[in-house]
Amino acid sequence: MAITSAPARSRLDQEPLAGLPPETLLELYWQMLRSRRLDERAWTLHRQGKIAFHISAMGHEAAQAGAACALRRGHDYVVPYYRDLTLVLSLGYTPRDFMLGLFGKQGEVTSGARQMPSHWSLRSANVVSTSSPVATQISHAAGLALACKLRGDDRVALACIGEGATSQGEWYEGLNWAAVHKLPFICLVQNNVYAISVPVDRQMAVPNVADRAAAFGMPGVVVDGNDVLAVYEAMKAAVDRARAGEGPTLVEAKTYRVVPHSSDDDDRSYRTRDEVELWKKRDPILRFRAKLEAAGLLTPDQQSEHEARAQAEVDEAVQFAQAAPYPDVALAAGGVYAPLPQEA
Amino acid sequence: MPEMTLIEAVRQAMDEELARDDRVFVTGEDVGRRGGVFRATLGLFEKYGPGRIIDSPLAELSIVGIGVGAALYGLRPICEIQFADFIHPAFNQIVNEAAKMYYRSNGEWLVPLVIRAPYGGGISGGLYHSQSVEAFFAHVPGLKVVIPSNPRDAKGLLKSAVRDPNPVVFFEPKKGYRLIKGEVPEGEYTVPIGPANVSRPGRDLSVFAYGMMHYYCLKAAGTLAGEGIDVEVVDLRTLYPVDKAAILESVRKTGKALVVYEDNLTMGYGAEVAAILADEAFTSLDAPVKRLAAPDVPAVPFSHPFQEWFMPNPDKIAAAMRELAAY
Ligand SMILES: Cc1ncc(C[n+]2csc(CCOP(=O)(O)OP(=O)(O)O)c2C)c(N)n1
Ligand SMILES: [Mg+2]
Repeated sequence: MAITSAPARSRLDQEPLAGLPPETLLELYWQMLRSRRLDERAWTLHRQGKIAFHISAMGHEAAQAGAACALRRGHDYVVPYYRDLTLVLSLGYTPRDFMLGLFGKQGEVTSGARQMPSHWSLRSANVVSTSSPVATQISHAAGLALACKLRGDDRVALACIGEGATSQGEWYEGLNWAAVHKLPFICLVQNNVYAISVPVDRQMAVPNVADRAAAFGMPGVVVDGNDVLAVYEAMKAAVDRARAGEGPTLVEAKTYRVVPHSSDDDDRSYRTRDEVELWKKRDPILRFRAKLEAAGLLTPDQQSEHEARAQAEVDEAVQFAQAAPYPDVALAAGGVYAPLPQEA
Repeated sequence: MPEMTLIEAVRQAMDEELARDDRVFVTGEDVGRRGGVFRATLGLFEKYGPGRIIDSPLAELSIVGIGVGAALYGLRPICEIQFADFIHPAFNQIVNEAAKMYYRSNGEWLVPLVIRAPYGGGISGGLYHSQSVEAFFAHVPGLKVVIPSNPRDAKGLLKSAVRDPNPVVFFEPKKGYRLIKGEVPEGEYTVPIGPANVSRPGRDLSVFAYGMMHYYCLKAAGTLAGEGIDVEVVDLRTLYPVDKAAILESVRKTGKALVVYEDNLTMGYGAEVAAILADEAFTSLDAPVKRLAAPDVPAVPFSHPFQEWFMPNPDKIAAAMRELAAY
């Protein structure tokens, strides 16, 4: 049986808006909303047969926007995973970038259209290139954190991962390095209950991924992943700890993927519609919107403005990507090796 | 020129690179106080300290994974895998990550990483301390695969590997670590990754080899010289990317080719050399391309006669050379 109970902890009772200024709160909301609208459009494009593949962040927006907000953007290293659309958008990736990736068009920024969609990379924002085999990013983040420590710079490295992928040996090895060397490293596990069809209780015999932190000798924190401010606070504490030289933290954001694993999946075979509907009611964007409205920070007019702006950005990005040419096939053959310094 | 062993040359290369560039660091199992189980890093911990010579947890996958991460940062990690036999857990990081990073990020992210590993048999290491695994990696665009056969090249190639902006898998013939001695130039020099080396020019047949087998091939060629057979020996040195031009040039001259390697025969490096020659030197060939390699059993069996049966050696090589010369 899958765990569908409400997630563990929210600190909002003590600090309703996490001490964040209104602009930041609205920015968080904007990032989540825009990501959702882009994501929805990707599903539509797929249904229309215009793109080959989409893998979604829907349901994860709070976990990712909250995490991004806790980082020094463009300074800290981020090693994301394929579900991190909201995260990378929050770090500077644009709707155009995303759409070029979906269509595999010329000018695609992460890989020159070599990789499938949602295999992020944005060197200018210190977002590291990611592959498809799960969990390989963990030791990259630990290695980046090791380098930060060896060089005495004040950056931290964040690695994101799904709960299923924490079954990989790579995950254990990477976290172990981070703990042994007290690295400025944070692992954010986005626990959405499933790894494709396999529920979390078939991945691990402990109720929380974060329970395993003790075995590494690092703190493990469970947070309500559909509460953007709770995620922000947990991540902020972890980032502060890392930057202060106190070592790594394992943060587990409990959330839910409200759509199939990817455009190739059919989730009706492994979970009930009731379960999905239950989680749709806990939608992180609606929850945050209600909170902002209650605090008088989001008026109906502002809400409409946000929606209109998101719509416009999405439309523009789709048009741009559809109009863009495919890359020259000659480009597929090159760029295998970096030139030696004297050749460059 | 001072004479030294192959392992001393490896150590000196690392020492000089550590001194030259503070981005260089070494990690691996027992590389610290112990100086490595083969003593490749002897004295380096004392000289450079625990921030540059880092004992890793016993976990090959993350030795390489951490190296990839640190290389992405811009450091120059040298990751030691204690025996090539234990590199397999790291295959994912080497093949899916290090090798593909530059291509998949359209040149945005570089992995200037060196992975060193002692390889090869003849040392009573049994199945799991004797393996030759180069063919797995020489199949992977994005990697450079290097195997030196002598101290001069070991030092110069390793220095080039450390300076290369790409991931380099550097296999060292462990049987030759102390057995193979040679002169090493004084002062700063490098040997470029890429070109093969004609280590012994000859007219009658070409023999292609690398690492320990190259050392044996030179010995066998010396024996055959006494019999009036003039063997050209080509030390391939860089297995990938392949130095096709050197292979073709030699065979266009001699018309005959033998490839010697201590990996299993089938699907080994010799298959590629034979294919290149069949494809591009067909009209120059006066004989079938021959391969002398280890038998197709899972790995080197331990018992002494088993090991002797498995390993190519100068006598077996000399016999193969005679046969080809007589064709
Ligand atoms: C090493 C590896 N094995 C299998 C896969 C196929 N695969 C892709 S995603 C996935 C499930 C991942 O689940 P989880 O880690 O929980 O992340 P989520 O997709 O739920 O966010 C699987 C099995 C893969 N990409 N890599
Ligand atoms: Mg999951």
